[in-house]
Amino acid sequence: MNDEACLRAPRKAVEIKGVSKVFGTYQALKPVSFDIYDNEFFTLLGPSGCGKTTLLRMIAGFEQPTTGKIFLHGSNIQGLPPHKRRVNTVFQSYALFPHMSVEQNIGFGLENLGWSKDRRDARVADMLRLVHMEAFAGRKPQQLSGGQRQRVALARALAPEPEVLLLDEPLSALDLKLRQAMRDELRILQRKTGITFVFVTHDQEEALDLSDRICVLGDGEIQQLGTPAAIYEEPSNRFVADFIGETNFLDAEVIAVDGEQATVTTQLGMTLTASHKKAVAGQKAFMSIRPEKISLPAQDNPIAVDGTIMGTNYLGGYTYYLVETGGIRLRISKRNSVSRGQMFEIGQSVKVGFAAESVRILGA
Amino acid sequence: MTRHIKSPGWNVLGLLPTHLIMFLTLIIPVGIIVLVSFSTRGPYGGFEYVFTTAPYKQILFNEGWAGELEFNPQYLIVVARTLLLSAGTTLICLVLSFPVAHFISLQKPSLKVALIYLVTLPFWVSMIVRVYSWIIILGNEGVIEKTLRALGLIDDMDSLLFGDTAMLIGLVYSYIPLMILPIFASIEKLDPALIEASHDLYGSRLITLHRVILPLCQPGMLAGAILVFVPCLGAVLEPTLLGGGKSMMMGNLIQLQFGAARNWPLGAAISIVLMTAVLIFLVARGLRAVRRETTELAL
Repeated sequence: MNDEACLRAPRKAVEIKGVSKVFGTYQALKPVSFDIYDNEFFTLLGPSGCGKTTLLRMIAGFEQPTTGKIFLHGSNIQGLPPHKRRVNTVFQSYALFPHMSVEQNIGFGLENLGWSKDRRDARVADMLRLVHMEAFAGRKPQQLSGGQRQRVALARALAPEPEVLLLDEPLSALDLKLRQAMRDELRILQRKTGITFVFVTHDQEEALDLSDRICVLGDGEIQQLGTPAAIYEEPSNRFVADFIGETNFLDAEVIAVDGEQATVTTQLGMTLTASHKKAVAGQKAFMSIRPEKISLPAQDNPIAVDGTIMGTNYLGGYTYYLVETGGIRLRISKRNSVSRGQMFEIGQSVKVGFAAESVRILGA
Repeated sequence: MTRHIKSPGWNVLGLLPTHLIMFLTLIIPVGIIVLVSFSTRGPYGGFEYVFTTAPYKQILFNEGWAGELEFNPQYLIVVARTLLLSAGTTLICLVLSFPVAHFISLQKPSLKVALIYLVTLPFWVSMIVRVYSWIIILGNEGVIEKTLRALGLIDDMDSLLFGDTAMLIGLVYSYIPLMILPIFASIEKLDPALIEASHDLYGSRLITLHRVILPLCQPGMLAGAILVFVPCLGAVLEPTLLGGGKSMMMGNLIQLQFGAARNWPLGAAISIVLMTAVLIFLVARGLRAVRRETTELAL
């Protein structure tokens, strides 16, 4: 979380007001409204077809909203063509000009803005240094590796000092190791330049890792908007709980709702009181509990149940256990600590436990 | 990836049919033409195997009674006209084809196929018929003249037919599909994200066309230029039908020498000059491509 940004009265970089998009008869995006603040790493997260890329393309100006308005630092950019918007895009395929050298690619936007040659050269040199590509200034894009192209694409988009930088799944074409390294680099770049980043991804881990705030999109509408921790710990519906990280869903019957807390009878048989969202007394709900929040074996947990190990997945740092209890299967993750600790075997009887604070009740 | 390279002997043997066809259909005929071009003209047409360079001299000079050489620009004018008309045709085709190809590439896939089919449609009709139809369009009392008169724009006009203009129109008409197709292919290959990237980086439509689209379509334009320029150099039909016999191009000059003029060696010599011109053009382009590739690899 970016505490600083919360303390200062944040300036709005982008305001999305009732923006929707219809392609033919297909509603890609239902009307959405939210603000993106200055100097923020803002992520649009969702599965493919959720409307996140459409939203990004509307900010860039490649698509026009069917309804609604978009403001960039307070001014309405409705109807402005892409080349008149002070935003730049890092494309998924990088879209580097194959007939231009790295230098020419980075200088292209500056040239179009009418910068003098001296000023342009200085800026290009700065940008090359920023992304550690000084040695490749004269190369053509096809002579670069995927990671290097990615850096050039970033430098090219950052060079004209855009008011907002849009990134359309920029890491999806890279392999796992490189993706991790580029994540760190992206975060450093954002801090160094102080430019607002709007990042589109379908990778929830990437979103949690990088973002100041995340907007989870699903079925063409906003499912939840908040900090990574809020979205992970306090999901506002089943879609978010399911899409971000892993979780166990259990059926529950709501007995009573008291403000933030709801009392439910769960499928496991016990009654518990936990934080909720949209639970209504007398109706069905879901209880969500993350795999890492269940203790195996139960220590002095307030809630404990007996079960049998049905499966194990050893993943190096973690081991996943599938525990059956009363016909319900729970996924439990257990950190493999210094000594290999206690391992469980399939068929073994165990006691698992958790705290009511770890549970989230979600209205059906 | 490993490539299995067999012994060179096998490669040669495997390519033998290709070599054989090339030898029979290219090397031998060209060899014969070279031979004829250095032979003496037969008294009743044809040629005799007596070595002489006279046919080549004849291209530039007349031989007087006493054997003195007199400069004769007659054939040189034909060569110059051929080069100019071919270059002009190529240029006009280039300028006209780009918007057409771009327009086609913007259409829905089904319409695209239909439009490309329309572009190639003339090839299904005999070339003679198509070129002939231009006589009707351009000629006296032709479509153009009648239209202009009906509109009251002119009272009387010189015939458009039989001259360099008519030939140019005919050549452009005949060869423009060969320009549209490769340009269309190169526009189709263009990544739309590159155009978006240009707009995104503050490039207006004009800048995007000039800095991104045209440079990336250069291979297609070059391919089209070769496909138009080279057959133009050897065009026979257009100058014969639309040039009216006064304005000759190398193609019908050669035809004339092998036909009515009965001067095979001269015809052969002009053919060799024509082939050399084409060869120089193609080699120059080939070398440029190779040089570009090697500089890119060297970087």
